[in-house]
Amino acid sequence: MSITVKDVEHVANLARLELSEQEKEQLTGQLNAILKYAEKLGELDTDHVEPTSHVLPVTNVMRDDRVRESVSVETAMKNAPDEEDGQFKVPAVLE
Amino acid sequence: MAPFDLRLQEVHNKLTSKELSVTDLVNESYQRIAETDASIQAFLTLNEDGARAAASELDKQLQEGGERGLLFGLPAGIKDNIVTEGLLTTCGSQFLRNHDPIYNATTVKKLMAAQSITIGKLNMDEFAMGGSNENSSFYPTRNPWNTDYVPGGSSGGSAAAVAAGQVYFSLGSDTGGSIRQPAAYCGVVGLKPTYGLVSRFGLVAFASSLDQIGPLTKNVEDSAYVLQALAGYDEMDSTSAKVDIPDYVNALNGDVKGLRIGVPKEYLGQGIDPKVKEAVLQALKVYESLGATWEEVSMPHTEYAVATYYLLASSEASSNLARFDGVRYGVRADNPDNLIELYRKSRSQGFGPEVKRRIMLGTYALSSGYYDAYYLKAQKVRTLIKQDFDNVFANYDLIIGPTAPTPAFRIGEQVGDPLTMYLNDICTIPVSLAGVPAISVPCGFADGLPIGLQIIGKAFDETTVLRAAHAYEQHTEHHKQRPQL
Repeated sequence: MSITVKDVEHVANLARLELSEQEKEQLTGQLNAILKYAEKLGELDTDHVEPTSHVLPVTNVMRDDRVRESVSVETAMKNAPDEEDGQFKVPAVLE
Repeated sequence: MAPFDLRLQEVHNKLTSKELSVTDLVNESYQRIAETDASIQAFLTLNEDGARAAASELDKQLQEGGERGLLFGLPAGIKDNIVTEGLLTTCGSQFLRNHDPIYNATTVKKLMAAQSITIGKLNMDEFAMGGSNENSSFYPTRNPWNTDYVPGGSSGGSAAAVAAGQVYFSLGSDTGGSIRQPAAYCGVVGLKPTYGLVSRFGLVAFASSLDQIGPLTKNVEDSAYVLQALAGYDEMDSTSAKVDIPDYVNALNGDVKGLRIGVPKEYLGQGIDPKVKEAVLQALKVYESLGATWEEVSMPHTEYAVATYYLLASSEASSNLARFDGVRYGVRADNPDNLIELYRKSRSQGFGPEVKRRIMLGTYALSSGYYDAYYLKAQKVRTLIKQDFDNVFANYDLIIGPTAPTPAFRIGEQVGDPLTMYLNDICTIPVSLAGVPAISVPCGFADGLPIGLQIIGKAFDETTVLRAAHAYEQHTEHHKQRPQL
């Protein structure tokens, strides 16, 4: 399985990255090399092996459902690139 | 002897007897940084005013007497992916070059409770992706033993600052070897705790199922002290483990008699520098002389670990780094036409090449049609790698091998060849995938560059790891060597 510049463009779109032509070329070569190396995993029979997503035997960790102090709006906005009335401002989503 | 070459207990004795003040320690730190950091480039941000104010407070406390924190007065450096309220936290990335965090990481709060002093924030590969610090988007840190060489990474600044005597200890983070490998390259002690032992709250996430914070120090005893201050359950981290925290320092009794050590033949095979192999074999002789036994074992899935790691870590990273969209913090591209373009342009301008490469690899591995072949497959192989550890630990107390296959390499030598760069992590990655603890301690030199010995333990058995590392250190002189700067 080998990936093309077109595949790189598709994945870049999914990842919300804008790549130059040079970056696309370079990434196509590098990703192919890395994926070719990863094909090594195909040597192993894993049909009856459970996947490990996590090494600790904990699942669905819950906390008590109670109201707690949180950060203020002012604090939360401290690093905002653009804001208005205590809200993060972005370009119009709807025309 | 320079104050940072003293053991913690000795520093504290001198503070008690008034031979030293906390202000003296902080002065030592900034003076050393002024003398050496133009060539080492370990620091990204200094906290000079804050540190001096904190030092005066502690000196006042010293006059008044009373209880002192475990790490009282010790100058510390913090890797720049651990958030510090009011002190820039960039993750080595242009994307966060002005990021002023609104809270402290749990580990930072714990250091404050233990009364160490934050000297500044340490350089790293961008978002902890890299093994040489050449991926810092500001400037590369250099190896104090030879400034033409890399310090390792991604906690390269954390290792170099301790090696250069700029701070007493530092915090790093380790996802596939990022504490242990730079510790090995810089000739210091680096500990990656068991996954879940130390809170990740406030550690900017790279690969959440692998990331762990840990200490870099000049000796094993100090490593035990810092771990003592850091370890423990945190309700702010849903993967934090509820386990009893032992007395790590008390466990350092020098007794390794009867300890059974497994040495994986895969860790001393192809690609391992003969000088590194020789240093590891010499270390095993030290253990023999102390009454421990070792045998060669096999961990047959080792050769699959690097591929498994790069698929899993990159997949997790592609998801974690989706938050950097230019909306709530970080850089925002000028004049985007619409929201999607704002995301795209901000991310493309803010991220460096290695970060883009990993996001692309991870997005691909998780994308429709490839998920089973890459991501799920890698998760299954992770199970097999973990079983290799379970099998060895059924019969042995520790696993020992090299930390890295070679000593540090030259700056620029491996740039542009990501795969070769990734293979530097062959000995540390399997440990991360299994989630077990490991320490790197200095075990020799090759052509003037340090070599690291990796001691790996069972999950949550940091006491055995530290005890064995400490016993070795007491019978060798490698950790006492200092670079000439």
